[in-house]
Amino acid sequence: MESRINEFREGLLNTLKEIAYPLVAILISVIAGGILVYSFGKDPVLAYTSMIKGSLGDWNKFGETLVTVTPLILTGLSITFAFKCNLFNIGVEGQFIMGAIAAVWAGWAFAGLPAILHLTLTLLVGAAAGGIWASIIGWLQAKVGSHVVINGIMMNYIAMYTSNFLVRTALNVSGKAYSVEIADTAKLWRFSQAFVQFKHSRLHTGIIIALIVALVAYYILNKTVRGYEIRAVGFNPDAAEYGGINVSKNIILSMLVAGMFAGLAGAIMTTGVQYRVNTLFGFTGYGLDGISVALVGNIHPIGVILSAFLFGVMQKGGPLMQIQGIPKEVVGIIQGIIILFVAANFVKVIMGNIKQRKELKKTALQEGVE
Amino acid sequence: MFKKGLVLFLALVMVMTIFTGCAQPAQAPAAPAEPDPAEEAKPELSFGMITDVGGLGDKSFNDSAWEGIQKAGKELGVEPVILQSTKQEDYEANIGNMAQSVDLSIAVGFLMEQAMKVGSEQYPDVKFGIIDTVVTTPNVMSVTFKEHEGSFLVGVIAGLATKTNVIGFVGGMDFPLIQKFEVGFIAGVKSVNPNAKVLVNYTGAFDNPDKGKEIAISQFKQKADVIYHASGGCGIGVIQAADENDFWAIGVDQDQSAVSNNNKVLCSMIKRVDVGTYTIIKAYADDKFEGGKAIELGLKEEGVGFSDNGKNVSAEIKAVADKAKELVVNGTIVVPVTREDLEAFKPVEIK
Repeated sequence: MESRINEFREGLLNTLKEIAYPLVAILISVIAGGILVYSFGKDPVLAYTSMIKGSLGDWNKFGETLVTVTPLILTGLSITFAFKCNLFNIGVEGQFIMGAIAAVWAGWAFAGLPAILHLTLTLLVGAAAGGIWASIIGWLQAKVGSHVVINGIMMNYIAMYTSNFLVRTALNVSGKAYSVEIADTAKLWRFSQAFVQFKHSRLHTGIIIALIVALVAYYILNKTVRGYEIRAVGFNPDAAEYGGINVSKNIILSMLVAGMFAGLAGAIMTTGVQYRVNTLFGFTGYGLDGISVALVGNIHPIGVILSAFLFGVMQKGGPLMQIQGIPKEVVGIIQGIIILFVAANFVKVIMGNIKQRKELKKTALQEGVE
Repeated sequence: MFKKGLVLFLALVMVMTIFTGCAQPAQAPAAPAEPDPAEEAKPELSFGMITDVGGLGDKSFNDSAWEGIQKAGKELGVEPVILQSTKQEDYEANIGNMAQSVDLSIAVGFLMEQAMKVGSEQYPDVKFGIIDTVVTTPNVMSVTFKEHEGSFLVGVIAGLATKTNVIGFVGGMDFPLIQKFEVGFIAGVKSVNPNAKVLVNYTGAFDNPDKGKEIAISQFKQKADVIYHASGGCGIGVIQAADENDFWAIGVDQDQSAVSNNNKVLCSMIKRVDVGTYTIIKAYADDKFEGGKAIELGLKEEGVGFSDNGKNVSAEIKAVADKAKELVVNGTIVVPVTREDLEAFKPVEIK
């Protein structure tokens, strides 16, 4: 009994610590950012209050923040999943774009289907497009040996220009710089349809999908044989192969799943927010932000949810900071500082150092006594 | 166990000190700043501008729009607000953010059209303005430009500057908005040089300099010595071709003389975006804001014109162009807008 309680207490302490470290880091970075804002001659308190007001100030703002959080959770999961297999899926941006454009096609071409069926189909087509796009990268790594990062970056460009080409040609009827609009049956339900609090926000049920996917990702990685194999390959491919695990199959598979997450993120942006795809003048940023989200979230599905929320708050707080007279560039710097501090995980490192030194001292003392 | 507890305790202490360290100054500056500047300005008038992802610093559309807003701000003693979008998906939310903070929100660029439609319906009590496209919601004032009138002037200049009597026009995509440029330009040329021939070609894109260059060179081979483009990014190629082959290019939207390395931009047809934003604010300040209305700024309102930073237009030609402007402004010349209008257009002698 005694040991059980101790075990539980230890587990709780560890969890608390895992949460406390990034929180402390956020607080310190907020102070550092505040000093910076002050040195630019702006009011740091105003800066942070408008960041919070702009992202969480009322139900509509909160809803809009969740709209941004949704794709970030999914792209963060995409990075996380591939990372567990020791693959750096920088191609997440391209997979996101392919998911978005494929969803436009499915949402437009299959108009006339019943709503539930059409929506499900549209989301699946988006996920599949992202998955296929990613598994090409995985296949090249596994079978040809060309590096996943190079291929990922190149596939991002191919995706962007493919999307722009389709927006201009096959998926265009108006002659304008955006694609056709998807049918109403392929649109995600919006909270504004039932809750007056969310009247001015585009909050949609995609956030629930994203949270479920995070749990699914956690389950696959930690509770299934397949997840164990993927992690084993990521940990040491040679040992895994010796243990009878098919390395290249697992590489392709983990890229496929990672790509499906990213593609789903794109499909949700299409079916929940945009209803169409615009001509892209550059990358959307959701994929690349997903990398930071995953790293700040400690490459853990649940951590990804929290860190995506942090990113959402910062991104949606930005506009109000600008309106309050804080230049766009300073807003960017503050966001950068916060991410830097959290990602560096320096509190943990410092704590670790203190502990180590103490232990060294202790052993030295003991040796001295002897 | 003890050590772990200590570590946690220390972490908590750090957290707490930061909380207290943060909370106190939070209250201190809040107290003297009681008359909130935002609230103070509100009863009078407050306005702001939302840019597309292009943002400020483009030395073109957005910078020019901001200039107009700052000018109005100076005259009215108001500090205008700027919000630069970072993502296309944010346009709608940004318009909402701005609408909650100021009385008049102006969005710049046709890319914001959809978002403005939604945003203006969400905030029916707030006033909006949009530049370069038309939104018909009753609380939005739209400003567009009479590009055909500006094109008419550069057509006059081209007609007088040509030596071969062959002039080129390179359009982007062949739809009514760009046809306005073509028609106005041809009318200008015909008014001063009835014998000149105008070659008309379209690139089918706005972002393909190579295509622009290719068409410009083929027009040059057909003896064109002045080429006007209304083709967005394709125009860079037109101007490059002018640099390499030694003919005149005419720029569009903003003064493009800086694009040319050899000063081969004869002049540029300019859209005064600053006049557009200024007009909306002025209307609002003078209680003349008309929601749902679309204003078209032409030569009369100084909304379009030509500029010659390269100093390539001779004094005689400039005098004729100024005269042409006068005739358009006083209504003697009605510049055609469509190809049908152009057929019916009878050139008026400019002298």
